This record gives sequence, C-alpha cells and structure tokens, in this order.
Amino acid sequence: MKEYRTISQVAGPLIFVEKTDPVAYNELVTITLPDGTTRKGQVLDTSKDVVVVQVFEGTRGIDTSCSVRFTGDIVKLNCSKDMLGRILSGSGEPIDGGPKIVPEERRPIVGAAINPYARQYPREFIQTGISAIDGMNTLVRGQKLPIFSGSGLPHNDIALQIARQAKVRGQEEEFAVVFAAMGITYEEAYKFMKEFERTGALERAVVFLNLANDPAIERLLTPRMALTAAEFLAYEYDLHILVILTDMTNYCEALREISAAREEVPGRRGYPGYMYTDLATIYERAGRIRGRKGTITQMPILTMPGDDITHPIPDLTGYITEGQIVLSRELHAKGIYPPINVLPSLSRLMKEGIGAGLTREDHPQWNDQMYSAYAEGVDLRGLVAIVGEEALSERDRLFLKFADEFERRFVNQGRYEDRNIEYTLDLGWELLAMLPERALTKIERKFIEKYHPKYKAKSS
Amino acid sequence: MEVRSELVGNIYRISGPLVVAEGLKARMYDLCKVGEEGLMGEVVGLVGSKVLIQVYEDTSGVRPGEKVVNTGMPLSVELGPGLIRNIYDGVQRPLPILKDMSGDFIGRGIEAPGLSRKTKWAFKPVVKRGDKIKPGEIIGKVQETEIVEHRVLAPPNIKSGVVTEVYEGEFTIEETVAVLDNGSELKLYHKWPVRVPRPYVEKLPPEIPLITGQRVLDTFFPVAKGGTAAIPGPFGSGKTVTQHQLAKWSDAQIVVYIGCGERGNEMTEVLEEFPELEDPRTGKPLMERTVLVANTSNMPVAAREASVYTGITIAEYFRDMGYDVAIQADSTSRWAEAMREISGRLEEMPGEEGYPAYLASRLAEFYERAGRVRTLSGNVGSVTVVGAVSPPGGDFSEPVTQNTLRIVKVFWALDAKLAARRHFPAINWLQSYSLYVDSLREWYSKNVAEEWNELRTWAMRILQEEASLQEIVQLVGSDALPESQRLLLEVARIIREVYLVQYAYHPVDTYCSVQKQYDMLKSIKQLNDWFYKALESGKTVDEIINVEGLEEFARAKFEKDYKSALDAAMSKIRKNLFGE
Repeated sequence: MKEYRTISQVAGPLIFVEKTDPVAYNELVTITLPDGTTRKGQVLDTSKDVVVVQVFEGTRGIDTSCSVRFTGDIVKLNCSKDMLGRILSGSGEPIDGGPKIVPEERRPIVGAAINPYARQYPREFIQTGISAIDGMNTLVRGQKLPIFSGSGLPHNDIALQIARQAKVRGQEEEFAVVFAAMGITYEEAYKFMKEFERTGALERAVVFLNLANDPAIERLLTPRMALTAAEFLAYEYDLHILVILTDMTNYCEALREISAAREEVPGRRGYPGYMYTDLATIYERAGRIRGRKGTITQMPILTMPGDDITHPIPDLTGYITEGQIVLSRELHAKGIYPPINVLPSLSRLMKEGIGAGLTREDHPQWNDQMYSAYAEGVDLRGLVAIVGEEALSERDRLFLKFADEFERRFVNQGRYEDRNIEYTLDLGWELLAMLPERALTKIERKFIEKYHPKYKAKSS
Repeated sequence: MEVRSELVGNIYRISGPLVVAEGLKARMYDLCKVGEEGLMGEVVGLVGSKVLIQVYEDTSGVRPGEKVVNTGMPLSVELGPGLIRNIYDGVQRPLPILKDMSGDFIGRGIEAPGLSRKTKWAFKPVVKRGDKIKPGEIIGKVQETEIVEHRVLAPPNIKSGVVTEVYEGEFTIEETVAVLDNGSELKLYHKWPVRVPRPYVEKLPPEIPLITGQRVLDTFFPVAKGGTAAIPGPFGSGKTVTQHQLAKWSDAQIVVYIGCGERGNEMTEVLEEFPELEDPRTGKPLMERTVLVANTSNMPVAAREASVYTGITIAEYFRDMGYDVAIQADSTSRWAEAMREISGRLEEMPGEEGYPAYLASRLAEFYERAGRVRTLSGNVGSVTVVGAVSPPGGDFSEPVTQNTLRIVKVFWALDAKLAARRHFPAINWLQSYSLYVDSLREWYSKNVAEEWNELRTWAMRILQEEASLQEIVQLVGSDALPESQRLLLEVARIIREVYLVQYAYHPVDTYCSVQKQYDMLKSIKQLNDWFYKALESGKTVDEIINVEGLEEFARAKFEKDYKSALDAAMSKIRKNLFGE
C-alpha cells in the first residue's frame, strides 16, 4: 500500500492530499505523524487531483510532512457477541482494559437502508413504568422516540430509569442496551456506568464513550458504531436492543464543524443542508424486520439550545422520529420528576400498541380524555392569571384542579418507582373522577361504567 | 449490448451523491451507469468537458478512473399493467423485487425493471384491423385488479397509423399486441421520461369536488378533481395521518402515494393496512387501486428528488386512460431539501435559506402537472395533487411553504395547538382556505342539497364569531357575556367538537359521506334555532346548554346507523327543551 507525503492544505479537521492514485469515496485513511503516532480519517471528496480527508482525532500536530495511507477499506466495526459487557471508545476500540474484541464479522458502520417492504410495523407495548410515558405517550418495540431536553434537566435519569425498567409484558426477556455517549462530560458518563454496574445491566450492555474532551469529529462515528453493534446483536443473535444516544446535539455540532471546514453552503443556523438526511440515516436504523426476532428501539436524547423546540436539531429530529418526549423546565422547577410536558409530547406508534389485548380496552379513549382535560386546565391557568380564580365557573375550577393534580400525582413519581400500566390507568381514572361525569365526552359509556371509581366501587 | 465509444467516459471526482465524469458525450438528464457496479445516475450539469451526474445510490467505495456509461436515454418509467398494488423506490425499482435480490437491506447496483417481464395479462383489443390509431388512443383492455381496468394506450409519441395486425389473448408486456402500417409495434407498456409532462388535448375547469370523506375538508375547504392542495404543518400535527386518510377515502379511482423522504414505518403501515381496508364505493381492498412510491429519508437523496416525478408520471398515465387520480406527496419539503442538497454539491449560487434559485419554478412545474383534462383518447381524466409541506419549526414563512402557497388553490393549515389538545384533524379553520368553493357551489347544490352552501356559510360565520368572542372571554371570562353570545359559543363548541373533530381510527367515523355531512350540519343548525327559541321562551342559558340529549347527539356520528341515532337524540333534546 502506497504512502503519500503530499498534504497540500490543512483546514480545521480536514486535510487535502494531492497526486494520489485513485482513492475511493468514504475510504478509511491512516495518517502517521512525524512522532510515529497515527490518526484515522475518512475520505469526504475524491478526485484525480485532490482528496479531502476528515481526521477523526483532529488535526493538531499534523503538518505537510505527515504520511497518509489509504487503506482501501471503508470504516468497519469488529462485531461479536462478546461486545456485551464491554466499554469501547467512540470509534469502537476497547477502553476498559479488557482484551481486543475478536470479530465474528466486520461490518461497515454505514448501514444500508432497511427496505420498507421488509419492515414490520411495531406493535408491542413496552412498559417503562413511567406513567407519563406508558399512559400518555406509549413506547412500542422498534420505535424511535427521542427525549427533547434542556441543559440541567434530568434527562439522563429518565433514560436510566427506562433502561432499568423497560419490559414487554408476558415476555420475561430483558432488553440489551447499547449506549452511545457523544460529547457528554465524564461525570455524566460515570453516572451511567455506575448505574449500569450497580444493577448488573452492564453485562447486557455495550457502551461507546466519546466524552466532551475526546475529538469532536469522532462523534460522527459513534452513533453509527453503536447502531452497527445493535443491528448485529438484534439480527444475528435475536436480541431486543434499546439504543440510547446522548447527546445528539453534540453530534450535530460536529457535523456543522465539518461542513464549515469544507466551506459548504450553510442551511439554517449554519447547519449543513443535508443534516436531515444525515440524521435520518441514524434514526431510521430503528425498527423491526419481518421474519427476524430481534428488534431495535431507539431513544436519542438531545438538549434543545435555549429550550427552543424550533431549533434545527430538535426540529429535524422530530420530523424523522416517531414522536418525542418533551421535558419542561417549569415542571422541573416545581419539583416534579420526571418533568415530562405531555402536551407537546407525542408517540406516533402508540395507537397500534394500546387498547384491548395490548394494554387495556379503555386506554385509547382514556388517553384522549386525559389529554383534552389537561389541555383545558392548562389553558385556564392563563385566564386565572388575568381575572383571578374567583371569576371562573365551577366547572372551570374543577379543570384547573385536575391539571394541578395531574402534574402532582400522575406525572410525578419516584426515580425507582415502577408503575404497571393498570396502576397508571386507574390513577388516571381517579383524577378524571374529579371532573363532572358529563364532561367525559371522549369516553364511551361502557368504559365509564366499568372503570370510573364511582361505579367500580359500587360493583365491587 | 454494444455501447458507442463516445458514450463511455471515466470518473474524475466523487463527492457524496455527486459524481463528475469526463471523456464522454452527454445531454442534460441522460441516464448513466456509474462505476464498476453500474450505479444509476442522471446528468444534472455540463461544465466544459466535465459531466455532472447525481447518483441514485450510495457512492462509498467508488474511485476516480472507474468507467461511466451514458445510456443516452432520459430517466423514464415503465407504464403498463403491473403498476397497481406495487411499491417502488424513487426510480421505479419494485421494493419486493429488491428484497428478493438483496435481502432486508437495500443493496447497490441492482437493476430491477418497474414491470414484471414474466406476468401474462389477458388482453382484449378494442380496435380492429383497418382502424386508424392516433397517439394516446386506447387500443385494448387488461383487467389489472378486481377494480381497475387497465386501458392499454398507444404511446403518445408514436405516429398515427392504420392497424394491420391485432391479437387477443395472454401476453407479457414485451410481446407485440398490435402492428401499425407505419411499422410501429404496440405492446402492453411503453416508457415515458419522468420530467416531461404527458400530453393532453385541453384542460377543463375544476367543477367537481374530490370527496374525501373528511368533514372539515369537504364542507369547508374542498379540493376540486384536478386541483392542487397543500398541507403544511409542524411535526406531530397530523400531516401524514391526513394524507393517509385522503389516500384511503377520497373518491379517486386511482391513488398514487409518494412517501418522499419520510419514515419507513409509515410506508409499512400503508402496506399492512391498505390490503385490509375496504374501499367504501367498491367494497374491495383499497390496495387494489393504489400505487406506492417509497423513498424513505434514509434512502439515497438523489432518488428522493426523482420520486415525485416518478409518481406524477404514473398518475398522468392513469389520467390518460380517463381515470380520476389522486396523488399524495408526503412530503414536498423533503423533495425541496433533496434539490438543495444536490444544488449545494453543484456549488450553485444559493437562493433563500440555501435553496436553489429555481425552487419556485420546480414547484410550479410539478403542481402544474395536476388538472382535469380531455385526454388524447377523448376521455376526461384528472390528476389531483395534494402535497404535504414540513416547514422547519412550523414557520409558514419559509421558502417551500411560501412558494407552494403561491401555486396551490387549497391551503389546509395544520395547527400544533389543536394537535396538542387532540383536536384532529388539526386543520385550523380560520387560517385555511379553498379557492374552489365558488366553482364547486353548483355541484354541491345539485348533488347534495339546495341549502348546502347556505349551511356552510352559516357554520363558518359562527366559527369566526366565536374566535372574536374568545378574545373577550380570555379577558373577562365567559360569564360576563350576554346570553345570546354565550349560546353562540355553545353552538360553536358543538360545531368544533362534534362536526370538525373526526376520528381517523374509529371504524365508522373515519369516513363520512357527503350525505352524512349534510345531515349532521343540518341538525346542528336545527339545534341552534331551538336554543334561541328556548332562550326566548324564558329558559336560562345553563338550562339550555346542559339539556339532556346533547351527549347522545355528540355520539351519533359513531353509529353505523347515524341517522336514527341523530333523530333519537334530536327528539330527546326537543322534548327536554320544549316539553312536547
């Protein structure tokens, strides 16, 4: 394999190499520095005259005398069942002091798109034990449901709680977790690791760590590494995988950095125009495939800059994922955990995953009713701020109270509290019972008579 | 196949989906095979001796120097029996065939023709020896599915001629079924370049509504057959559900659904659901009239750009047979983004927000391919285009939404606030509009009821008055309003919650016939009149709005026999209001 010492330009994370033999697009590159250390890179643009390489570990210390070797291969991950229980770097190398991973297979980390014709629609209800999710925005197996958070909010606690408690009822099998950290701090990562170790979950987890002080460009590999591992375990070993990606905002920042270095025409707020496509190639790797037992459920976490849901990162994510769980600073300030604001939250796949035979027959209508009652109560708060509570009608006051209780009792729960779906639904009914019965217009009579505490007490 | 040497060149540069080749002759939009794997691509620019090609597949591993072959043909689709029930990627490769060839994940460099070469179709000619055939004329029929009779067309680009031979029987699409005296051999299919609109004789005015079975659309913001509509909305406001509802229930004979850069699971949902659902008019599975084009967000971006053209060309083909075709494009924003991405790689001067300067003209060209027309065969057919728009941050002032609104005649504005309170379809009745209301007036009064247009205007007025009253209520509370206005608020609430809210997932409510719409609206008007009469006769507002029977009234729409449920509720209300 030929080596070149023809670097003509270094710009940010990019190097430009001239006079090479034909180099393949996306080819993996090794760069040897004068001191003998090596870096890895990937070809972003190739032509007969010049090749553009992005260097994952950054270009510090690189000069035009470095030698560049094109490996003839694209970036691949060593896949093996032994990945479970291991901690790997953001580019897939073991960093837990353990032995090298002996590959059963080397897979390209850019996964091919699942043929939509081969997909199976996700329908299996995952019980997370969190009422605001199970009851209001149900997660199903094979879904991609992100958490939209803000800096300082307890999104990591929620992710951990979900990883700990998630189960499909009637099936004892636990989820295996693939955890990819991108640019998070050591403290945050430590907390995850500690918790995984404490609960024994680490044995069923693969961890990819790219911390805040690791090279930013490496972050572009990390989620793809994680998903390649997830696909391998799900489709070769029939495991159910929960993939947690945190924090996607850091990933997008790295993407912008590369784009700026390439002097591309920027889209909104300097992010590249292809960010939607790029994110889609990550998020769309969740799902189920007909005839295969393993599944991939994705839970990306992102912090919305300035808590702004219209910022390009949450915005493009929301257009790709199947819903979103939105955290609220206001609820967090009220001391409510998890501070999930259910109104802008959504699970697009829940309609097929709830109801008779799945959760409980009253769940769909109950959900509609809870939503509209809470929305009405929240609206009334705005009115109270202007005219005072005295000006409200009796009915309005009940809705106001409902909204408060909804947050205090239904949304609020312990970090280690694992509520089953019946408990969640019955708790909701208790709250609905505060409202006049004829205000429950979204629920059919037969369910009211069966589940409303007033009738339930009578019949039992 | 031998290729002329001037059509073979080699790769100079690769940058993502953009490949620059040199040493070959090419015209704009010629289809090329790129690299050793023969990846499909299309010429999008010529600079000096260099040819710029957008490639429809992932280009990882391709090197400069590899060969490029120009097919000399523009990107075309195959039009013939076998389209219905199929699901294609953006360049008309059948996804089931791709699955057979490369497994659950889509491989590269796979060639798969759009129509099966093996299937035999029973062909019945409608022309005989000695007949004169003009371009675009119907030469025979094939029963493609239980509900779709495929009318085999003479290609619009042949010369007129006299039939010298014509055969009846079972044929594959490549066998000749008729011969003309000028030597043309006609088959069951022909190819058509996707970027060229198919010809027709003349456009006809939009006078007939496309009935969608969705109350808020049919009643307040109808779209005409051959018309254009846009559904912009932020994520989670129900664009896709609305598009699915239209694909399911609109009274088009053929539906082309384009999943352009959207979620894989949404296409799976259509694939799993449509074969199960029954078309309310024919009683047959909806899939029997549906063609799907699915280029999901993670599939190659250049093929996404092509997918809307593939879809609309297929739609025009069925239009030319004399059918009413509805096309759902979800989402045109992803298409525009694909254009932006390619444009950026071409290093073109960007327009607004990085979109190419030709964004507006491309959008206009696309929507202009809609229309109700007299076809070359003398029939009347139509293509109705409904495009979803996904504005970043739900901000309608962005370029794709604005350029779309300048062209389309119907605007269904989705509203995140309505969606958050689970008011679905979350179409904002104050912001939306339809410019077809006047031209469809006559159809409604003739085919539904004389008073339809008055009822519609009345209901809209109530909703608008409610909006202005709400502003006062926000300040002083509803108790401060005069009694008649409080009643108006109650009537508006009924219109909103009973009439406008429609449950897509309720087996009965998912589709509402125009007759049912009329019956419901008339009953609400009747209620309104009773309320005011009761107020005059001395009842208090609270007594009126809490009258027994309203609950049943609200639920009547869920009953299969809604009419008797509605009547029963009405007579109960009347009895409780007036005691008779």
